[in-house]
Amino acid sequence: MKKAFPILGVLTAILLSYALYMALVWAPTEKTMGNVQRIFYYHVPSAWTAFILFFVNFGASIVYLIKRKPAADIVALVSAEVGVVFCSVVLVTGPIWARPVWGIWWTWDMRLTSTLVLWLIYVSYLFLRRFSSSGETPTLAAALAVLGALCVPFVYFSIWFFRTQHPQPVMGGGGSIDPRMLHVLLINWLAFSCFALLVCWSRYRLEKLQRDVDQAHALESLMDPRGSIR
Amino acid sequence: MSGNGYLFAAYAVTWIIHITYLGTIVRRYKRLQGEIEALKKTGPRS
Repeated sequence: MKKAFPILGVLTAILLSYALYMALVWAPTEKTMGNVQRIFYYHVPSAWTAFILFFVNFGASIVYLIKRKPAADIVALVSAEVGVVFCSVVLVTGPIWARPVWGIWWTWDMRLTSTLVLWLIYVSYLFLRRFSSSGETPTLAAALAVLGALCVPFVYFSIWFFRTQHPQPVMGGGGSIDPRMLHVLLINWLAFSCFALLVCWSRYRLEKLQRDVDQAHALESLMDPRGSIR
Repeated sequence: MSGNGYLFAAYAVTWIIHITYLGTIVRRYKRLQGEIEALKKTGPRS
């Protein structure tokens, strides 16, 4: 498995470069927005990837609450952390697109506000994990993750149920998109999904190692210099 | 800023966010390696 990591890393880098080329060169230029529309090829796949990671966090949290498996707790932590990174990309690229298209950086409409709330929920989750030293932290975090996951479908469907300035969904919302644009969008999503998977993988290994080291330190502190347990 | 400027800014910021996060992972990994080395020097006590 360790040998597969660099190979997958190189393949992902090639895929990301190809996706970038497709987004900047191959995709047709949108008539009204021009090149600014190409931000969509990073913004939308980042949002989809973040949503998937938050669902992984939800699933892992449920597994942890039922079976108390440390591996599930690590998966929950890692998916939330990487999900927050992708959600941050969404929250930054959205306003950069909105400024030239809407004339404003931000508006407090349902989609934008609920995305910000979603981000804040998972940032709170990470703060809880980072700064709480209670033995019950993984359980509390799992409960928060289950509640936080309820916000994900709300964010996704908010543009269906509320009047909003945000564009309608690309797929499943009755909107239409040039097939070449859809092709580029899906390639970028695939590339970012592979990238997210690799980052989660390395972060999982790091967390596992960190817990092993913490355990070794704990064991060491229990021992006196002669080797007997205090 | 032109349309191309916004496009460049969005793509650049995306990669800055990702690379910064990857940087934190690498930094934590290096710190952990230091801790492992220190533990190895301490040696098994039992």
